Amino acid sequence: MGKTLAEKVWDSHIVRKGEVVGSEAQPDLLYIDLHLVHEVTSPQAFEGLRLAGRPLRRPDLTIATEDHNTPTLDIDKPIADLTSRTQIETLRTNCREFGVRLHSLGDAEQGIVHVVGPQLGLTQPGLTVVCGDSHTSTHGAFGALAIGIGTSEVEHVMATQTLSLKPFRTMGITVEGTLKPGVTSKDIILAIIAKIGTGGGQGYVLEFRGSAIRSLSMEARMTICNMSIEAGARAGMVAPDDITFDYLKGRPHAPQGAEWDAAVVDWRSLRTDDDAVFDAEVFLDADDLEPFVTWGTNPGQGVSLSQSVPAPEDFADENDRAACERALDYMALAPRTPMKDIRVDTVFLGSCTNSRIEDLRIAADIIRGREKDPAIRMMVVPGSARVRLEAETEGLDQVFKDFGAEWRFAGCSMCLGMNPDQLAPGERCASTSNRNFEGRQGKGGRTHLVSPVVAAATAVRGTLSSPSDLDPVPPVGTLRPSVTAPTATTAV
Amino acid sequence: MEKITTHTGIGVPLRQSNVDTDQIIPAVYLKRITRTGFEDALFAEWRKDENFILNREPYTRASVLVAGPDFGTGSSREHAVWALKDFGFKAVLSSRFADIFRGNSGKQGLVAAQLAQDDIELIWKVLDNEPGAEVTVDLQARTAVCGSVTAPFQIDDYTRWRLLEGLDDIGLTLRHKEDITAFEEKRPAYKPTTLPALLQG
Ligand code: SF4
Repeated sequence: MGKTLAEKVWDSHIVRKGEVVGSEAQPDLLYIDLHLVHEVTSPQAFEGLRLAGRPLRRPDLTIATEDHNTPTLDIDKPIADLTSRTQIETLRTNCREFGVRLHSLGDAEQGIVHVVGPQLGLTQPGLTVVCGDSHTSTHGAFGALAIGIGTSEVEHVMATQTLSLKPFRTMGITVEGTLKPGVTSKDIILAIIAKIGTGGGQGYVLEFRGSAIRSLSMEARMTICNMSIEAGARAGMVAPDDITFDYLKGRPHAPQGAEWDAAVVDWRSLRTDDDAVFDAEVFLDADDLEPFVTWGTNPGQGVSLSQSVPAPEDFADENDRAACERALDYMALAPRTPMKDIRVDTVFLGSCTNSRIEDLRIAADIIRGREKDPAIRMMVVPGSARVRLEAETEGLDQVFKDFGAEWRFAGCSMCLGMNPDQLAPGERCASTSNRNFEGRQGKGGRTHLVSPVVAAATAVRGTLSSPSDLDPVPPVGTLRPSVTAPTATTAV
Repeated sequence: MEKITTHTGIGVPLRQSNVDTDQIIPAVYLKRITRTGFEDALFAEWRKDENFILNREPYTRASVLVAGPDFGTGSSREHAVWALKDFGFKAVLSSRFADIFRGNSGKQGLVAAQLAQDDIELIWKVLDNEPGAEVTVDLQARTAVCGSVTAPFQIDDYTRWRLLEGLDDIGLTLRHKEDITAFEEKRPAYKPTTLPALLQG
């Protein structure tokens, strides 16, 4: 019988097969190709090494960035919050001591760890990638097996470059068809989570496949894999193809010359065999999809933008009904309110889900020449300093500034509000991030998860909107002078 | 991780059931960036009461905690074991442990010995009559001895072996260092390294 993509990557990394003790198989010992590190989950791991007198086995397979705690304004000033500053300073000391490459605040390659890896070409097909962060699943877009781990596992990888793991089950998620204009990969993944639930992927590695997935850019695939975790899955993957190779080619750490050719030959074999069997399968039709938004307090509580807020009685299951009631209360929403009537205060364009150059281009294209709803605060936070630079080269920063949005420095920012970028209690936000949990973006803050397309349109109208709800752009000269930005479509 | 075959130290009776990890170490202490120095955090709320047993001599020097049933329930925080160890505990005796706590203990060199509740009561009695009495936890023989009481305890073979050998998770994996090195030698040359740092122009 053939193998799935996940099984192939797994099998090629087994250092030691787990012995069967009694009736229970011990975990396999897997080799880790790339370890990404940031300031929040690493300090105790580094200290553990120090206490045990152990070296970091492979500094050359480890890379660190500062992202969760970093400010997005005044990055040249000392960080005001003491805990944040200590975490950052500890990372700097640790990286120096253990010889880890670190991209600090102010560095051109600093940024959200899941944006930086792919952008440097370090994330490649067939790798095992780990990081002390649940959204490590992002890297699965390249056909890597990428999993989030806890602090003691971080230390284990540092000391041994391996991880003991029990095999996962596999789930194939096939998305066929063509997306309508204005519908994005964010809508695909939100629809999948709404369909299978936030626990639907538990114990599985998801593989996204089908014609709709194949036609997506790498950025869009990363958005999907990023949110696999929100369906409870350990990881999400997409088989690599020419789109993957085109994205990687020429990036700083991509193989070159003969090595590139050898790599591509190997990478092409990284696909699920035709006769392989998934442990579970899900199918979705891309043709019917509409922009998808959440109304509740978990990523599974979402509907199409053209629909209304559900009522508790819509749910047959008692727990779902109670969850709905609680969510509506927290979100201050009445059942049956059309989603498009919901007014928001803040629009956040950022996070490792949607802060790549393509996300910024898509949003900029929608707002170019339009006016922001004056009551809306819009924050644009590029995923990395490199993305910010790229956007500035293309003139996107000017588009956002002309529109009245705040153009910030790179980091996790309002995705989790560990830095000063937070919602005020009761504030409502259309956010391109991945978690709408109670208080996630600030105590009492209310989050609607949306795509960059919906985020941009919402900033124009002030209520949750898609571009099709917007009036045509006024002709040049009737409003403020329109910005002529180059419409670059290829990544550096 | 230190090898433990047998340990003898002052026993402290904690006549409480369902001691959850929030009691062992409150959440506010989880913000720290260190892995040691959690001794002040152990039972932080309870220790605000100066009569709490761990505040009294000779128990400030205790190293064997003799607790009620269902010890270590609640959140999975590894900090609970760190705090117990940092205070000086080498072993916890109880008639029932929460699974995750028991797992974390075994991984980090704290003996979680499961005794019959009747034996726990007998040991409590000895400790009450003779404050400062020592308890010997013998991992080889799987017995706890306190005064005239000798009680068998349960601990699974795998955890016991790890404790006797002083192997934490990392130590266990490093026993297979040669396998790791052999695997590394076979990795394709095109696999990326982060060093030297290659940057965009
Ligand atoms: S952007 Fe948000 S989800 Fe992504 S790594 Fe940062 S905090 Fe986590």
